[in-house]
Amino acid sequence: MDFTLSKEHEMARSLFREFAQKEVKPLAIEVDETEEFPKETTRKMQKQGFMGIPVPKEYGGQGCDTLTYAMCVEELSKVCATTGVIVSAHTSLCAEPIKKFGTPAQKEKYLVPLANGEKLGAFGLTEPNAGTDASGQQTKAVLNGDHYILNGSKIFITNGKEADIYIVFAMTDKSKGTRGISAFIVEKDYPGFSFGTKEKKMGIRGSSTYELIFTDCIVPKENLLGDEGKGFGIAMQTLDGGRIGIAAQALGIAAGALEATIAYVKERKQFGKPISAFQNTQFQIADMATKVDAARMLVYRAAIAKDTQKKFSVEAAMAKLYASEVAMEVTTKAVQLHGGYGYTREYEVERMMRDAKITEIYEGTSEVQRMVISASLL
Amino acid sequence: MKIIVCVKQVPDTNEVKINPVTGTLIREGVPSIMNPDDKAGLEAALAIKEETGAEVTVISMGPAQADIMLREAMAMGADHAYLISDRAFGGADTLATSSTIAAAIKDLEYDLIITGRQAIDGDTAQVGPQIAEHLGIPNVSYAEDIKVEGNALIVKRQYEDRYHMVKVQMPCLVTALGEMNKPRYMTPGGIFDAFREKQVTILTRKDLDIEDKVIGLKGSPTKVAQSWPISVKPAGTKATDLDPQEAAEAIVEKLKEKFIF
Repeated sequence: MDFTLSKEHEMARSLFREFAQKEVKPLAIEVDETEEFPKETTRKMQKQGFMGIPVPKEYGGQGCDTLTYAMCVEELSKVCATTGVIVSAHTSLCAEPIKKFGTPAQKEKYLVPLANGEKLGAFGLTEPNAGTDASGQQTKAVLNGDHYILNGSKIFITNGKEADIYIVFAMTDKSKGTRGISAFIVEKDYPGFSFGTKEKKMGIRGSSTYELIFTDCIVPKENLLGDEGKGFGIAMQTLDGGRIGIAAQALGIAAGALEATIAYVKERKQFGKPISAFQNTQFQIADMATKVDAARMLVYRAAIAKDTQKKFSVEAAMAKLYASEVAMEVTTKAVQLHGGYGYTREYEVERMMRDAKITEIYEGTSEVQRMVISASLL
Repeated sequence: MKIIVCVKQVPDTNEVKINPVTGTLIREGVPSIMNPDDKAGLEAALAIKEETGAEVTVISMGPAQADIMLREAMAMGADHAYLISDRAFGGADTLATSSTIAAAIKDLEYDLIITGRQAIDGDTAQVGPQIAEHLGIPNVSYAEDIKVEGNALIVKRQYEDRYHMVKVQMPCLVTALGEMNKPRYMTPGGIFDAFREKQVTILTRKDLDIEDKVIGLKGSPTKVAQSWPISVKPAGTKATDLDPQEAAEAIVEKLKEKFIF
């Protein structure tokens, strides 16, 4: 068992870190305050190849692996969790299912521009009455000649209004339950596709979270992803991969809060000495660092498992469960160690604590992860 | 078109400290980086590559760990890399270094050689022009911009209070200023290729057609007597908004404050 990273992974990390420090960090406060999607940063990441890291070169990607992609999301999320989730939702939830389930023509038409940075992707599964229970899909798709007609709506969609290409799930046969769900590739400008309200969120405030509305939306028949009725499986398998991205985001938030706190406690003086000289601070930092490292091991293991094993659901669920709960715990401790200043927007740990919470909720709540893990054991 | 870019791995001088007793650099634990002027030169070469399809080769002289910097150059887009590395080349001053690098380049095809103006660990600005002398090709130093025009280059050369536009026939050598551009980032795929698809070719003593007397310590006429940190001088005070009489009085007052007068 070897815990050392290869030279290429080390160098990739240094690239992501440099990019995050120079291009992302300076905008993090503004992105949070204004709730504006960081378009310019996204454009830079697209140009830089960050939107196609685990996609083969033949489809316009970088030809790297899932670990490299996870490290990218981690380093971006250390300084701005909004920027991290833009890459994660695009890569894991849109490019990945097309890579895995798409026809050669679909890959050529959609995966190539997603991976080479021309287009941004999103994923629409959640509905007002279909959250953790994704089987309760009410969006319908009816085949009509050479196209499907979609009706319904999706909520809480990351990259919502900014994306160009969407993976959308809809019922093609209600009587078959989950076996009646199908997946579609939907382009932004298809007739009958519009946007509803933008969510006002606690954290990751710059990510464009929108409602998608389909009113007699016309989707060409050839945009059916996988077979009709196989959508639920596609959604579940896609979310297995997505959890690695969110786990990496959570890891990044926790690691970023730890770094900020280490710097702060060495500078902040009380009772005539830096607060890092107090044993409480030292023990808190030790616990935080240990948990961040343990989270990193689980996230990297899941990333490697995705590329080397047939099934990686449990590894991904454990990584997401642990990393997201560590993110919440570490950012809360980080605010506590910053004292009153930590509660203000002057210090980034305040934002990090707000950003951390969503990682316990989206792409499968912590409770869902526990269901997945225990189901493999009992 | 074939471009060779000379690059040097240097300690990141933003992180370097001087041993106050010996006056030498403390290099332990200091991260190594690609010399900034060289990186700008590489960026200039890669920009020409994008425009003309030129082939870009990077070459460095140094210890084995310079491999990582050459991989970085390939991850940015360089096609080939050479590392001149042998104990026999150790202890080289700028003259021995330029003789060695020129001997390696002599065997390669090139239209243009780009070096950085100077390295941040030595600041001599000598190696680039010396390579040009050894190879018998023209040299344009302090380039702020390079444009290809047929078989020639139009180089914008920085000068003290102006710049010169120099037209120079290739083959030639240009030394690049760090401020000429903003070097691109590596790409993730470029990094994987640099380690998995591309090679760093090592050139040792036996690979170079060069006399022993011009390499390494023996080929180095420079002797360093002592090195010491430069004492930092404050910016000073200007008394521009006072008339001459008042200004003189203000200066005398300052000198008295500091017990100089």
